[in-house]
Amino acid sequence: MNLTLKIWRQKDASTKGQMVDYKVTEISEHMSFLEMMDVLNEQLVNAGEQPVAFDHDCREGICGMCSMYINGEAHGPDRGVTTCQLHMRMFKDGDTITIEPFRAASFPVIKDLVVDRSAFDRIQHAGGYISVNTSGNTQDANATPISKHAADEAMDAATCIGCGACVATCKNSSAMLFVGAKVSQYALLPQGQVEAADRVQNMVAQMDLEGFGNCTNTGACEVECPKGISLDNIARMNRELMKASV
Amino acid sequence: MALDSKVPKGSIKDKWTEYKNHINLVNPANKRHIDVIVVGTGLAGGSASATLAELGYNVKSFAYQDSPRRAHSIAAQGGINAAKNYQGDGDSTYRLFYDTVKGGDYRSREANVYRLAEVSANIIDQCVAQGVPFARDYGGLLDNRSFGGVLVSRTFYAKGQTGQQLLLGAYSAMNRQIARGKIEMFNRHEMLDVVIVDGKARGIIARNLVTGEIERHAAHAVVIASGGYGNVYFLSTNAMGSNVTAGWKVHKKGAYFANPCYTQIHPTCIPRSGDYQSKLTLMSESLRNDGRIWVPKNLEDVQAIREGKLKPTDLTEDQRDYYLERRYPAFGNLVPRDVASRAAKERCDAGYGVNATGEAVYLDFAASFERYGKEQAKIQNISNPSAAKIKELGQEIVRAKYGNLFQMYEKIVDENPYETPMMIYPAVHYTMGGVWVDYNLMTTIPGCYAIGEANFSDHGANRLGASALMQGLADGYFVLPYTIGDYLADDIRTGKITTDSPEFDAAEKEVSERITFFINNKGTHSVDYYHKKLGKIMWDKCGMSRNADGLKTAIEEISTLRKDFWENVNVPGTASEYNEQLAKAGRVADFLELGELFAKDALVREESAGGHFREEHQTEEGEAKRVKEFQFVSAWEYKGAPKDAILHKEELVYENIEVKERSYK
Repeated sequence: MNLTLKIWRQKDASTKGQMVDYKVTEISEHMSFLEMMDVLNEQLVNAGEQPVAFDHDCREGICGMCSMYINGEAHGPDRGVTTCQLHMRMFKDGDTITIEPFRAASFPVIKDLVVDRSAFDRIQHAGGYISVNTSGNTQDANATPISKHAADEAMDAATCIGCGACVATCKNSSAMLFVGAKVSQYALLPQGQVEAADRVQNMVAQMDLEGFGNCTNTGACEVECPKGISLDNIARMNRELMKASV
Repeated sequence: MALDSKVPKGSIKDKWTEYKNHINLVNPANKRHIDVIVVGTGLAGGSASATLAELGYNVKSFAYQDSPRRAHSIAAQGGINAAKNYQGDGDSTYRLFYDTVKGGDYRSREANVYRLAEVSANIIDQCVAQGVPFARDYGGLLDNRSFGGVLVSRTFYAKGQTGQQLLLGAYSAMNRQIARGKIEMFNRHEMLDVVIVDGKARGIIARNLVTGEIERHAAHAVVIASGGYGNVYFLSTNAMGSNVTAGWKVHKKGAYFANPCYTQIHPTCIPRSGDYQSKLTLMSESLRNDGRIWVPKNLEDVQAIREGKLKPTDLTEDQRDYYLERRYPAFGNLVPRDVASRAAKERCDAGYGVNATGEAVYLDFAASFERYGKEQAKIQNISNPSAAKIKELGQEIVRAKYGNLFQMYEKIVDENPYETPMMIYPAVHYTMGGVWVDYNLMTTIPGCYAIGEANFSDHGANRLGASALMQGLADGYFVLPYTIGDYLADDIRTGKITTDSPEFDAAEKEVSERITFFINNKGTHSVDYYHKKLGKIMWDKCGMSRNADGLKTAIEEISTLRKDFWENVNVPGTASEYNEQLAKAGRVADFLELGELFAKDALVREESAGGHFREEHQTEEGEAKRVKEFQFVSAWEYKGAPKDAILHKEELVYENIEVKERSYK
C-alpha cells in the first residue's frame, strides 16, 4: 500500500517543531508499524536527510520504550498493543497517518517523536519498592502463603510496562493509572503492607510534583493501555491514600 | 598470559562456602570511598548495582535505554529455575548442577555451575521478599512448570512475563538505592571504551545519547553487564539496541573473549514473513509443556497446506509426524533447545516446512485443550460434557497460563492460535559465549568484571531454558558482591580515581576520532545495509549447522564487508545531537569484527557441541558428536585484526560428573 505520513519533526527540546509530510510506497500489510518507519528512515538516509527519531527497543510489546501517538491515539488504532506490535494491516492503501510524540507537559520532547519520561522513574524512586536488602537472607519463599487471587491481581497490576500511554491519552495528563498500578501491586501482597502508608503518600506527592494532572474518571487510559491495566487500580490507590492519612 | 580460572580447592560442595570464609572484606566505612561502574541494567547489572550500593559502594550505572526498567531481560518469558524441590519430585542442588552441565554439552566450568545451582534457591526467596508476583496454586504456595532438558518441575514463573517481573524487582531495588543517592543512574548513555590505568580497569568513556557529549567516568572497578551479541545476526529475538560494544571494547583492551561460536538458536519463534523484517519474536519454551510439535507425514499434504487447499486441523493423527516424540521418546517435546532447533531444521530441509517459505513447523495445543478440559469437567462436576465444552474449558486453562503469548502471536501473525496450531521456526536468541571470566567473574583485565549473558562461564555450549534469568540474578545479587570485595580490599587507600590523566585523554581521543570519522565519511550505504549483509552471512554460514568450507568463506566475506563498511558507510546528522544512526554505526562496526572471530572460533572447534553443530561431526542418527580433545574453553586474545587473534585454552575438568554422550532418547 501507499501512504502519506504526517510526522512531528522537532530538532531538539528548545527548538519549535512542526508537522512534515512524507510518502512511503509498497508497504506490506504484514509489516509492523515500526518496520514501516524503518522503510521511511532508510529512504531519508539514502536521500541525505535526517531520519525520524523515535524510541523503540524490544519490538515485542514489553519494554515500554515505543511511544507514538498515531491518528490521535496512543499506540495507534489497535487495542491491547504497543506501537511496535501495531501492524500495517490496520491501515489501508491511500491512508494519511498522523504521527505525533506522546503529548504531556511532564513528558518534554527530546527530538521528533522521542520524549523524556524520566518523571516516571522519579515517582518510582519515591517509593516504588519494598525496603528489603538484596542479601538473600530472607525467609523461605513459601513461608507466607499468598492467596492465588491476590497474587494474580498483583500480577495484573505489575504487568504495567511504564510506556506512558495513559498520560498521553488523558485529557488531564494524569499519571494515576501508572502510579495506581505500582501502589496496587504492593498493596495486594503481604510483603508490601509494612510500608504501604508511606509508599502511597510519597509516590502521590512526587506524582503531583512532576506536574501530572488529576483523574476525572473518564477511563480513556484503561482503553488505550496496551496491557489493559484496570481503572480499579486508581480506586485502590485513592483508598490506600485515604487509609494512610487516617 | 596463562589462563587461571582461580577455582578454589576442595570438594565442589564446599568451594563457595570456603571461598566466602576466606576472602578479604572491605569494612563499611571504607566502602563509602570506593566507586564501581556497572554497564547495563538488566537482571545482572540491575541486581549488581542495587546490591553493591546497598553494601555501601558508590555505584554509577549506565543504560542506553531511557530507564533501567527497559533492559532486554524484560522480554524473558517462561521462567527461572531454582533447586527448591517444592514439588518433591527429586530435585536438588546436585541435580540442577548436573542438568545444567549436561545441557551445556559438557563445555561449561563445573565449579561455576555448582555455585549457580547452590545460590538458585535463594533467588526465589529474595524475589518474593521484593514483591515479585510469582504464580501460585490455590493453597497459596508457589507453582512450578517444567522446561526443556530436565525431568523435574523447577521453573518458577509469572505468567509469560517472568523476565519482566524479575527485572522490575531488580529495578525496584535499584530505585531504593537511587533515592538514597547510592546509585547514580545514567540513562541514555552508551559505554564506548574502558580506561586502563596501571594495568587496572579504572573507568569508562561514555556518550550521552541525547546531547552527543563524550563523558569520562572513573571508578575503582568496572562491571560489564551488557548482555549478549545475538544481533550480530541482524535478525534475532534481542532488542533492537542490544549490542556487543561494551564487551568488545574490553576485549580490545585486553579481556579474552571466550567461545564466540556458542550461540543459542531457539526452537520456538515466530517465522519470518518478509525482507523488511526488523526482528524476530520468541514464543516461550514453556509452551512446549502443553504444545506438541509436528509436520505432516506426507509431502502432498505439505504442498496442499502451502497452497491453502488444506488446513492443518484437517489432518488426522496418523497423517501427522510428531517428530520430537518420535525421535526422543524420553524427553519428547521437552528436549533441549539445540536438539529441538536442529530437528525442526532437519524436517524443513527435507521439504516438510508448512508455510510459504518452507521454514515453519506446527506447535499444536489441541491435545492440551482436551486434557485440561476433561480435568476441568470433572472438577466442575459436568457430566457428559460435549467436545465443544471440553475444548472451551481446556482453552480457559491454557489462556490463564499463556494468555499473553497467544495474544502476542495473534497480533503478529493474524491467526488465532486457539483455533489453528501456531507456526514456529528457530531463531537466534542467546549467546553462551562472551567475555572470559575466572571464578571471581573477573576478566583478564584486573578490576574489570563481566556478569550475566555478557560472560561465558555457566551454560557451556547450550543453555537450558529458564537458566538465563537464574544466572543473571545469581551473578548480580549473590556472587559478584562477594568476589568484587576481595579485589577492592586492596583499594581502600587508593583514594578517588581522577579522570584527568593521560590514559583518559587517550581513550577519549580514540572515541572522538571514531565518531568524527563516521560523521565525515558521507558514504553511499546506510548502517543497516551493512548490518543486514553481515546478518545474512552469519545465518547462512554460522547458523544452526556449520562446515569448514562455509566458515572459511564467511571469514573472507566478513573481512571484505568490514573493509567496504569503513569506506562507504553513510551516517547522517552531527555528533552533537540525538543521532541513532551514529550510535548504530559504532555497534555494527564492532559486530563486523566479532562476526569474523565468531567464524574463526567455529572453524577451529572441529567437533559438534550444543548449539555449535559441525556437519563433519555427527552420529549416524544426525546427533551432535563431541570430540574429547576439544574439552576446553576457547579464549581469544585480541591482536589487531580478528584473523590475528590468539587462542588460549582453558582445559575443562569434570570431577563430579561423568562426561557421557548426551542423550535425550
